[in-house]
Amino acid sequence: MNVTAQDLSVTLDKKAVLHDVGLQVRTGELVGLIGPNGSGKSTLLKSIYRVLKPDAGLISLDGDDLYRLSPQQAARRMAVVRQESSMEVDFTVAEIVMMGRFPHKRCWEADTSEDQRICEEALSRVGMQAFAQRSYLSLSGGEKQRVLIARALAQQAKLLVLDEPTNHLDIRCQLHMLDLLKTLRVTVLAALHDLNLAAMYCDRLYVIREGRIVTSGTPEKVFTPELIREVFGVEADVMIHPRTGKPHIFFMSERTADGRQSGSRLA
Amino acid sequence: MRKAAFFIGERGRGWFCAVLVGLTALLLASVTFAVTLGSVDIHPRTVWGIALSRLPFFGEWVQPDWSKAAETIIWEIRLPRVLLGALVGAGLSVVGAAIQALVRNSLADPYILGVSSGASVGAASVMLFGAFGLYGQYALSVGAFTGSLGALLLVFFLSRLGGQNATVRLLMAGIAVSAVLSAATSLLVFSSPQEHGIQAVLFWMTGSLAGAKWEFLALPAAAVTAGLAFLLTRYRSLNAMLMGEETARTLGVHVERFRKGLLVITALLTGVMVAISGAIGFVGLMMPHIVRIVVGSDHRRVLPVCALLGAVFLVWADVIARLAFAPQELPIGIVTALCGGPFFLWLMRRSSYSFGGDGR
Repeated sequence: MNVTAQDLSVTLDKKAVLHDVGLQVRTGELVGLIGPNGSGKSTLLKSIYRVLKPDAGLISLDGDDLYRLSPQQAARRMAVVRQESSMEVDFTVAEIVMMGRFPHKRCWEADTSEDQRICEEALSRVGMQAFAQRSYLSLSGGEKQRVLIARALAQQAKLLVLDEPTNHLDIRCQLHMLDLLKTLRVTVLAALHDLNLAAMYCDRLYVIREGRIVTSGTPEKVFTPELIREVFGVEADVMIHPRTGKPHIFFMSERTADGRQSGSRLA
Repeated sequence: MRKAAFFIGERGRGWFCAVLVGLTALLLASVTFAVTLGSVDIHPRTVWGIALSRLPFFGEWVQPDWSKAAETIIWEIRLPRVLLGALVGAGLSVVGAAIQALVRNSLADPYILGVSSGASVGAASVMLFGAFGLYGQYALSVGAFTGSLGALLLVFFLSRLGGQNATVRLLMAGIAVSAVLSAATSLLVFSSPQEHGIQAVLFWMTGSLAGAKWEFLALPAAAVTAGLAFLLTRYRSLNAMLMGEETARTLGVHVERFRKGLLVITALLTGVMVAISGAIGFVGLMMPHIVRIVVGSDHRRVLPVCALLGAVFLVWADVIARLAFAPQELPIGIVTALCGGPFFLWLMRRSSYSFGGDGR
């Protein structure tokens, strides 16, 4: 699944949030979108998953204009995992995953054994098959995210869009979640908060600031102390980690930069 | 065997079928029993005899062994009333479940968008000032239905004005319109010179099935059947809406279209029922919660079970309304609220049922 966004502009409440943004995700890639809070990450993803129609620009999935597809057609090609807001009522895990079959169903069609097989397989791919009958609200944050990924897999879409999927998860769950994405062999576009995780897992990165793409490329190319200072306003050292071979970023506040903090505390 | 385990659990298919069959039997028994109760005692067999004798095919097989008076009481008075109770109970519960999914709020009920307050204004102007007089015996229903349609249009119009978040705007417009129209009803009542009319309006506003006649049954029966059929074919969309509007969209729901269709259908259905029986409270709020405890949140199960349970509940509520202070009748809304209030307190104390938010 190739995704191309060209010259996207979004204006919210008369304030321009995205300016002529372009982005491309090629089949099989895991592409990360990083940027500080309020930079337009979520807005960009929302226009890609059709919740927020851009004022100008074109988004295409394998050459077809995204906004010309019906909601069901779009959902067959693209599945979305968002941070879920609180839910009023409870569903079982099986019921949640079954919702992923929505775009494949007409309103009078019953769920077939084929749908059940797909949902079961989706659950086992995220390692949650034992949880099918559990109540969704009783799961931990990491388990909930995995169920939502299973729902996305049940959609059988070639593209997975994730909006800050690892927020609120502890570090083990974050690693588990990104490992899982790597093994799924789908095309992934994800907004990520943690730069080191982005460096470890993403094939390519887009860096966004104040509604514009600042730079893009492999983590090795993107992560330089200059870029981190410019985009995030933080001093940092970047080193290649000897075991992962990936760039690793050490952040420094003004006080820690020259090692004076410990000294002053002693004094 | 693992395949089967995916769906069969405590909320599994077998349990659901058992609930459906049990409730259907309970509904038949309740209707029969409710018809036998009253100032004149009538045997259940007579009830079935009279009912069957009216049907085209079975009628020839039944030997009438009952008095003409019994037939009049059963056929003309009690049966239409009990059936209307079942229909309204089913309709309100189903609409309640759908509205709660639509606005994603477990405290929503069929009247949240101002339908009942609009109907009250219409009904009050009929009873106090003789509006819609040219419709004769249908004046009250026509007035109430016109009022509910007016309220609904007003809510639609107001919620379209500017801003994001359609659901919140819809709720706020509904609450504002309800408040204004309730005040208008009070003003009508206050300015009316006739004592008798005032009491009639108050009685109507709490709801009553006393006006049931066969002529009034066809429309609500058709409306409830059509509404239930529509909602059942859209159960997947209703489930998805409970996950949130944006998630529903990413799953492929045409959210704007679905919301509009759902609003129009639930509002018309509520309008039809309110026009005939007044604003019977608590049924539409309470039944969906009970049903979710029993069969889970999947609307494929919630909707039919809601319809059956709501019907049974209102049949019995009407029996209590008729008999508790016989020959004086209670407004049925008093009965449903007296059952509903304590039930909600009990629900609040139950820790395993998530009542809004992310409670565990």
